[in-house]
Amino acid sequence: MSSWTDKRPMSPHVSIWKWHMTMASSILHRITGCAIYVGAFLIVAWLFAAAAGPDMYEPMAGLIGSIWGQLVLFGFTLAMRYHLLNGVRHLFMDSGKGFNPKFASFTAGLVLVLAVILSVAIWMLAGLVPGVDPLNMTTVAGAAQ
Amino acid sequence: MTKQSIRTPLGQVRGLGSAKHGAGHFITQRVSAIALLFLVPWFMIMLIGAVRGGYDGALAYIADPVNAVLIILAVGAALYHMRLGMQVVVEDYIAKNSTKVVLLILNTFICVTLFAAAAYAVLKIAIA
Repeated sequence: MSSWTDKRPMSPHVSIWKWHMTMASSILHRITGCAIYVGAFLIVAWLFAAAAGPDMYEPMAGLIGSIWGQLVLFGFTLAMRYHLLNGVRHLFMDSGKGFNPKFASFTAGLVLVLAVILSVAIWMLAGLVPGVDPLNMTTVAGAAQ
Repeated sequence: MTKQSIRTPLGQVRGLGSAKHGAGHFITQRVSAIALLFLVPWFMIMLIGAVRGGYDGALAYIADPVNAVLIILAVGAALYHMRLGMQVVVEDYIAKNSTKVVLLILNTFICVTLFAAAAYAVLKIAIA
């Protein structure tokens, strides 16, 4: 403020604002989009490792199977679910509907909740949660990671 | 066009609007999004199945003709969508023109390179 020399009045409340659900949703859509951009390197690396042979693939699979790999993979799943579901919301809003503030906030929250539920559900069904394996994913493959 | 428009006939024919490049970016971003709506859930299911079977299982999954084509489509659509998305992020946040141009070119190179690598990997497994 000290360096401000202009005597004319400025908008008094530019620094006073609060988070809105729709605002958080919009920013989160960007952040998850950028996160998936990084995640795409991993997907391509996995495909490339598979093509390069077992010498490349096994260390890769080991890395994915480690606790850090699983953490990154779950973050990727979550970012992907959020971006996909919010993308559907965006496509719906592209039709010019759903802009009523209350409804827009509701769908923004709904997308967030659904993304978390879906991600956890995918991990449970995929047998990636220890002790939970409804589809017998781990036994079908023979070996756990 | 029966609806009255304030735009000149030439402007209407060109269809480029005030942004000078039309709605191409907007439309392609959404068309690729619609494609990904179907491809990504399938891809995730494929990936879970492929990872489960170890190295041989993964190869068998990728080598399946339907899977191979769908993987290339999914990765291709995703990278195309990614490039468009990152382009907007760079254009929004990077004010310095030289940095912006470098990042935009880098963005294109990264996406095209990733696609080439993914397509090569899938084709090598599927055809070999």
